[in-house]
Amino acid sequence: MSFLMRRFRPEQLRVLVLVGVLVAILIFFQTQVEGFVSPRTVNRLQTSIAIITVVAVAETLVILTRNIDLSVGSIVGFAAYFVGTQLSRNNDMSPLLIVLMAISVGGVLGAINGVLVSYGRVPSIIVTLGTLAIYRTVLVEFSNAQTVLTSRLPEWLQTLPSINLASVGSFDVRLIFAMALAVVIIFQLALTYLPYGRRLYAVGSNPDAARIAGFPSQRIVFFAFVLCGALSGLAGFMFLGQYGNVTVVAGQGMELQAIAAAVVGGVSILGGTGSAFGALLGAALIGLLEQGLRRMPQIDEFWRYALLGFLILIAVAVDTVVMNRLRAIWARNELQMAAGSDQATEQEKPAHVA
Amino acid sequence: MSLSQPAAPATDSPGFLDKAWQRLKSWEGMLLAVLLIVVVFNAVNTPSYLTFGNWVNLFQLYIEKIIIALIMTFIIINGEIDLSVASIMALSAALMAFLHEKEVAFPLAVLIGLLAGLVCGLFNGFWIAFVGLPSLVVTLATLIAYRGLALVLVQDRSIGNFPVWFSNLGQKPLVGGLPFALILFIAGVALAIVILQYSGFGRSVYVIGNNKDVARYSGVNVRGVKMWLFIASGFIAGLAGILYAAHLGAMRGSTADGFELDIITMVLLGGVSIFGGTGSLWGVLLSILIILNLRNGMGLANISGEIQKGFVGVLLILSVLAPNIFGRVQESYNRRRRLSAAETAEA
Repeated sequence: MSFLMRRFRPEQLRVLVLVGVLVAILIFFQTQVEGFVSPRTVNRLQTSIAIITVVAVAETLVILTRNIDLSVGSIVGFAAYFVGTQLSRNNDMSPLLIVLMAISVGGVLGAINGVLVSYGRVPSIIVTLGTLAIYRTVLVEFSNAQTVLTSRLPEWLQTLPSINLASVGSFDVRLIFAMALAVVIIFQLALTYLPYGRRLYAVGSNPDAARIAGFPSQRIVFFAFVLCGALSGLAGFMFLGQYGNVTVVAGQGMELQAIAAAVVGGVSILGGTGSAFGALLGAALIGLLEQGLRRMPQIDEFWRYALLGFLILIAVAVDTVVMNRLRAIWARNELQMAAGSDQATEQEKPAHVA
Repeated sequence: MSLSQPAAPATDSPGFLDKAWQRLKSWEGMLLAVLLIVVVFNAVNTPSYLTFGNWVNLFQLYIEKIIIALIMTFIIINGEIDLSVASIMALSAALMAFLHEKEVAFPLAVLIGLLAGLVCGLFNGFWIAFVGLPSLVVTLATLIAYRGLALVLVQDRSIGNFPVWFSNLGQKPLVGGLPFALILFIAGVALAIVILQYSGFGRSVYVIGNNKDVARYSGVNVRGVKMWLFIASGFIAGLAGILYAAHLGAMRGSTADGFELDIITMVLLGGVSIFGGTGSLWGVLLSILIILNLRNGMGLANISGEIQKGFVGVLLILSVLAPNIFGRVQESYNRRRRLSAAETAEA
């Protein structure tokens, strides 16, 4: 038991539980809907969660530092619209340039948030509540309420959502999902192994301690917002690719979905815990539930939204109660082990002296 | 001897003018100055602005939001937040409309709608006060859930055809040119000021917002206060939802979508700290007046609703940023003055 406890931390156990819940939901829908576990479902799920996964990872970075970004939906819409207009004017722009443009537009908007939060010392919820409205306003004014049309976009972008990277039998790996997956993997590795990633956790779990320990807290939080904006910009590009038609309300309400996915995936709103992989699992769980409920004819389509809300609540409640219990057990175990090793060294000592 | 003579404090305590100056330098003073500027600006630009009709109109346009802003002030001072108010509005109105459609007696439908708001608040309060989850997460989840329930009830229809007296209640003046909702708001303001600024309950709201643990150890019933606040918030949101339905004359699933952000903006602009413990209803009232007058003035000047929203967003950020920058400039100025004073003393 204690061997196992040394190998796994409660947070890792949590990810395992989440995977278990995912499988349980799959099995449940398999019994309810004929042929639910099929290549078709998997392929659909990939396209439906790709964008929200990227935004959820972006949100995770900020929430880890005990902040919140409510403006991600506006940033996604802004980037999608901005890039879409550039492309409809000039079809020859290279894909790489377009992606970089989307990322940098998002990054700039994120940097504005970051400056205000970390150097202006305005609480993040106030800043991003404001910029949620401001970015949308700028977008509406900038666009004259016109729509980016699919037909004006270049060929390669129109075919983007249906591109398969690889097919195993009839299971496809969609390009758009592969992009999201790449984002998850890169940020999971960065959060785990890079000093900057670890500092995000440090700042979030105890801001005072992080400051006293000499971390440049302001800069760390600032870059978290810049990265969040940049990833939202990337999500904006994906949005353009997937939907083609972009109106001025694109991405509206996405902030709540992203926060929901992150929170279900185990990112604590109080900062300091969570992972990019968890955000992916959260997005997948919500996406799967939506897919399944949509395909159960006896359930009214309007129930989806209500169930989703209660699911988030239950996930967080169970999480808080169970995780607190688990952490207590772990802490006690560690204490016992420490006491045990103390005794061991004390017994050894006299022998050494003798 | 000087101890027995309390009658000469005039020299060391600030005089009336000083006090007034201190007041003006406070947050509320700043808001008052901004409000005056906005009012004067509007009055000069649009002749019809200062008419009674326009002022009733100005309140009536946002009446549901400003009613909820009153209870939101309590909740944010208490150190919590309620994002689900707009969804509760929708759910209460949807339930009422649904029952009306099923030919339940209309007053009963209204009553059940109000009750639904109360139950929603109770549900929020349970998770926050007793399970101890962060209110941001709980009300984010119920924001989605209550909206979903409202959608289940009305689906993609629009339910209207309310009795005439009900629509009149929402649209026509009741007494002396004032509509029902506005009278309710004025009464609500008086009640809220008495409770928050002058009662024991109000003090405990502040104490809990300042430091929850200290409040608990001093014997304040933290759970009870939080519970009551969320129940009240739910009930008032339900009431506002039903008023909104009367106001619009119809109800859809997306009714009141996104109102929570406007409401929270009003409260925060009023100088209430998002971390709880500080702020006053006076400030919130001033900020409500500023936002209403700004939007009214911009509306009269043909500025689009979208720009108005963005402008309020800028105002929200500036309201916290400006004092921060001002404070820091003053701090560095003081430090420099101390340093130069020390240098001259050395010399």
